[in-house]
Amino acid sequence: MQVLAIFIPLFAAIFIPLLFRHVRTIHTGWFVLIVPLLLVSYYVTFISRVMKGNDVLASFNWIPSLNISFISYLDGLSLLFSLLITGIGTLVVLYSIFYLDKTKEQLHNFYIYLLMFMTAMLGVVQSDHMITLYLFWELTSISSFLLIGYWFQRDKSRFGALKSMMITVAGGLFMLGGFVLLALMGGTYSIRELIAQAPQLMDEQYFVLALVLILLGAFTKSAQFPFYIWLPDAMEAPTPVSAYLHSATMVKAGIYLVARFTPIFAASEVWVWLVTGIGLLTLLWGSLFAVKQTDLKGILAFSTVSQLGLIMALLGASAIAYHVEDAANTMFKYAAFAAIFHLINHATFKGSLFMIAGIVDHETGTRDIRKLGGLMSIMPLSFTVALIGSLSMAGLPPFNGFLSKEMFLTAMLTLKDFELFEFSTWGILLLIVAVVASVFTFVYSFYFVFKTFTGKLQASELPQKPHEAPIGMLIAPMILAVLVVIIFFIPNLVGDVFIKPAVFAIQPFLYQDPFLSSSPGMIDITVEAWHGFKSPELWLTVCIFVVGAILFTTLGKWQKLYRVQPAKLSFNALYDFIMDGVLNRGMTNLSKHIMHGSVRHYLMYMFAAICFIVIGTLFYKDAFRISFKGAAPIELYQLILIIVLVLGTLTTLIARSRITAIVGLGAVGYTVALFFVMFNAPDLALTQLVIETISVALFLLVFYHLPRLGKMQEYTPFRFRRLAVSIGIGAMVTLLALSAHSQKLVESINKYYKDTVYTEAGGGNIVNVILVDYRGFDTLFEITVLGLAGMGIYAMIKLRLSRKEKIK
Amino acid sequence: MKVTKLKTNDLILQFTAKIVFFIIFFFSIHIFFAGHYTPGGGFVGGLLTSSAIVLLVIAFDLKTVRKILPINYMYMTATGLILALATAAFPIFVGKPFFTHFFDYFNLPLFGKTSLHTAALFDLGVFLVVVGVTMTIIQTIGEDE
Repeated sequence: MQVLAIFIPLFAAIFIPLLFRHVRTIHTGWFVLIVPLLLVSYYVTFISRVMKGNDVLASFNWIPSLNISFISYLDGLSLLFSLLITGIGTLVVLYSIFYLDKTKEQLHNFYIYLLMFMTAMLGVVQSDHMITLYLFWELTSISSFLLIGYWFQRDKSRFGALKSMMITVAGGLFMLGGFVLLALMGGTYSIRELIAQAPQLMDEQYFVLALVLILLGAFTKSAQFPFYIWLPDAMEAPTPVSAYLHSATMVKAGIYLVARFTPIFAASEVWVWLVTGIGLLTLLWGSLFAVKQTDLKGILAFSTVSQLGLIMALLGASAIAYHVEDAANTMFKYAAFAAIFHLINHATFKGSLFMIAGIVDHETGTRDIRKLGGLMSIMPLSFTVALIGSLSMAGLPPFNGFLSKEMFLTAMLTLKDFELFEFSTWGILLLIVAVVASVFTFVYSFYFVFKTFTGKLQASELPQKPHEAPIGMLIAPMILAVLVVIIFFIPNLVGDVFIKPAVFAIQPFLYQDPFLSSSPGMIDITVEAWHGFKSPELWLTVCIFVVGAILFTTLGKWQKLYRVQPAKLSFNALYDFIMDGVLNRGMTNLSKHIMHGSVRHYLMYMFAAICFIVIGTLFYKDAFRISFKGAAPIELYQLILIIVLVLGTLTTLIARSRITAIVGLGAVGYTVALFFVMFNAPDLALTQLVIETISVALFLLVFYHLPRLGKMQEYTPFRFRRLAVSIGIGAMVTLLALSAHSQKLVESINKYYKDTVYTEAGGGNIVNVILVDYRGFDTLFEITVLGLAGMGIYAMIKLRLSRKEKIK
Repeated sequence: MKVTKLKTNDLILQFTAKIVFFIIFFFSIHIFFAGHYTPGGGFVGGLLTSSAIVLLVIAFDLKTVRKILPINYMYMTATGLILALATAAFPIFVGKPFFTHFFDYFNLPLFGKTSLHTAALFDLGVFLVVVGVTMTIIQTIGEDE
């Protein structure tokens, strides 16, 4: 059931097109809404168990022979993510019902992709097996690609979709490499088992390489510096998608991965430096560039980048706890708690802000902040929600963002005191970065809300006459906004129920029995809004507010500074250069050289390559043996058949008219069938006969289209090359057959088939049983290829026809 | 299609084709079912069926055959693929490895002791794909002027 729950959205997706087509009066979203709603209530039932430390495990065998199975492992961390995915998912679907018009939009596409994503994301956070984790991971990339490209008529959507997929899938491939290395070192693909043997893994040769590869996967997915460039372009997606995938869930998959692998990798210095350093750099970079944006969703995208960096940095800091003695009494234990806490908070306030951005876009027709302004009186409800979200993002009380920002500052302050890797010298720099980034976070939060809702209304600039959004559209952001406030007042309840079980998954070594209250080993973290006048966090916060407020009021004067950066020096330009310059143009030139359209050339290349490889291997392995021991005598009728065969071949070669060539070829085919009959292979003979018949029929059909033989001009060198290749192929096959016959290195498999065909497969005809049973996989793929080839031919011919008709 | 223009009055061919078609077709069905114990199977069976249809195409023409057998061969291919995949995937839902085949012996009326295989279902998928693809190719190329 638990494994099945992951796949429920995917199964539900099957019915969406039917519902969309046949029940047009009801918005398809209402049916979809049931799925996340059911799932969220299902996962809620796990809370009480997981809270007490009872992890739930369920598995489902998928490929037992490769030891791959779907294992759903629900501990604090994965349960929290599952609840976020389904919970935010419910709100997003609800929001989308009002956002997407049921008469104009291709709703079935949208909801199929969305449900596909839900399955993929649940799979990522619950899989214990790294291969299935990777599988789901790539599925999130694919569904994100489809969702960004949902309005595929727009160039920018397609560009953004491709960009996001290129970057995240490339990262995913690196991650797969890391997984495989890790599995080779640990001898298992199970993450839990790897965590259990983490100390031994440390000394492995490729430990650091695996670490870096896995981090590449996490960084690309979570839009860390310098891979963040795909996220702003992904804003072309419909706003519900941006709120769901690109702020609340998918981009947090990288965060999840880092958190999940912290117990394995935290002992490494490289891990601490990379995660903390890149996290802080991303935090700073994102917050600086958020102020540059003029698109509402662009601001939010960069702000998401920066907030993800913040969480990443906190996870890096939580890994330091492995390196200090008596970590339970230092402040580093707060880092993991703060990371998870901020993750929840970010999902609430950023989700609501994205939805508001969507509402503004929907009701005014533009997201350009230069045209917006003064919407406060027209859209009071939206303004309230936006204000709550922004103030929380800026880190002001009484909103949840304040609490986690305080904890972040606490963690960064303690980094300063840490000495093992010389953080004492760097520590102060990290603190400065954190404070500067916080100042800019403050600025862009205010920039977002006040430039949109206050100031002068420029009604003439807006494509539509603005009015308040329908109440249904406001429900979802309002729920999130209420949560933002509620969490501020009950942080410790949230901490007990959701955060502490997750923290235990990240820092298991810190606590002996974390779930028993009043035991010394429990997680004794409480969140306080008020640290007292003497605490440095308070003064840092005040400082941030003051500087932030000054910067915001003078925004108009220094925003121009961003224009100093030339467009050519950005990472986007680098991406464009690689994609367009190197890959697109370079590869086009290369393929123009190799693939000029002549099938005969292709065949010649292929045959030459096969010849070279096989004969080369035979020489290299010294495998030539020719002995005629045990060969049967050649009978007269066999000799006659061979002569017919050779004559047929020669006729085909020298024939002047095509019909003669076809007849010659047919003779060759039928003679080969006779040979099969002679050597007791009735199945092959039968197939060969029918194939010959059908290919002759095909020849008759296409005969009309073929050019006349001998008309083609050919350069003599090419003919000689062809002669060489065909002689080579003939020699190769002969040598191979003779050598194979002359030596038996391994026992023939015949006997095994003969012994088992009746008992194991219940059949009598070995050839057919091999096809459908022993090697059924091959057949399955063969018929798939066959089907694709058929479709390819159909498409090539039919599409060409319709284009011709268009020209007429 | 050019081929049809070559023959204007193929009474004998057309008459023979009508009968031979059924002979080949039933033979292909026989071959298909016999496959597990004696020479034959889905692949050959499928090819034989397509050759029977091709015979009709040669004797009459594509339009007529399309009228007699109004089959969308693309759908046929898809059905075959789905059937094959479903047969292969079915065992994982009862806790067996992917592609486990089941068989047992039954006493059926008329047939006597008969073995029933899930492998035959898979083979039926192969059969459908082979017929579907061959006919798709022949139809598309044949209709292309």
